[in-house]
Amino acid sequence: MTLYLMTFFLFLVGLYGATTKRDIIKIILAIGIMGYSVNLFLILIAYRSGAIYPILTKSLGKELMVDPLPQALVLTAIVIELGITALLASLAIRIFEKYKTFDITQVRRLKG
Amino acid sequence: MPVEIWLHFILGFMIIGAIAALEIKDVLSAIIAVGIVGLGLSVAFLFLQAPDLALVQFVFEILCMIILIRAFTHRKEHKIDLKSNVVLVAIAVVILSVVFVLGIFAFKELPSFGKPIARIAERYLTKGPQETGSANIVTSIILDYRAYDTLGEITVLFTSILGAFTILRVIGRKQRR
Repeated sequence: MTLYLMTFFLFLVGLYGATTKRDIIKIILAIGIMGYSVNLFLILIAYRSGAIYPILTKSLGKELMVDPLPQALVLTAIVIELGITALLASLAIRIFEKYKTFDITQVRRLKG
Repeated sequence: MPVEIWLHFILGFMIIGAIAALEIKDVLSAIIAVGIVGLGLSVAFLFLQAPDLALVQFVFEILCMIILIRAFTHRKEHKIDLKSNVVLVAIAVVILSVVFVLGIFAFKELPSFGKPIARIAERYLTKGPQETGSANIVTSIILDYRAYDTLGEITVLFTSILGAFTILRVIGRKQRR
């Protein structure tokens, strides 16, 4: 329960950064933090106490194993996050070249 | 020590790193502080018995830091000294604390830590090795049971890299003519 709440607090820290910061770099970092907390939450609800990783070893299937399904899905999500970060960084670079600033309140003009 | 205490320690460390990343003025320090969060997450995955995820998260974090440092730290003219709007920050803090209190009620309904429901996973765990022939059950889910999911992932990754390449290319169509 407290682990879930701490993960949720980490998500809210990221949400706070994404909503209140004016710097594009800080917004990208905040979005990354939100992604981390969601991944951690999915793995937390998959954990089973006293279980081992879901890989078959010599003692075939005797031990309990943790839930492998969220692990597979989070593996997908982590890779997609890398694509998101690269795309956001390239957009920020182009915005900086056009407007000479990372301040989102200065990015107002529609220049073609 | 039990896993829960280690996880509390790592999560506290990650929260401190996240707050530091959002409040530090220097760009390089902020990116490295996010690296704290990501590498702490990798250690947390190891404690939660997910070694594949720990490896992937580690590689992802290093790549992410390389991309961000390469993209943002060489701009000398840029200093983060932007003050956020005080009224906006106050409203955001109030709303987020209300959401946190509501989250306490929501998380009470979940199964407690260490007791997953794992209804679908029972079949994967019992029949996975016979049906797919893979010793690693996470791999058998990714590449056999949910292979279309992985295909979609590759599509999304390809599209985002293509988008980044298109945005960042030097020679536009106009200059080439």
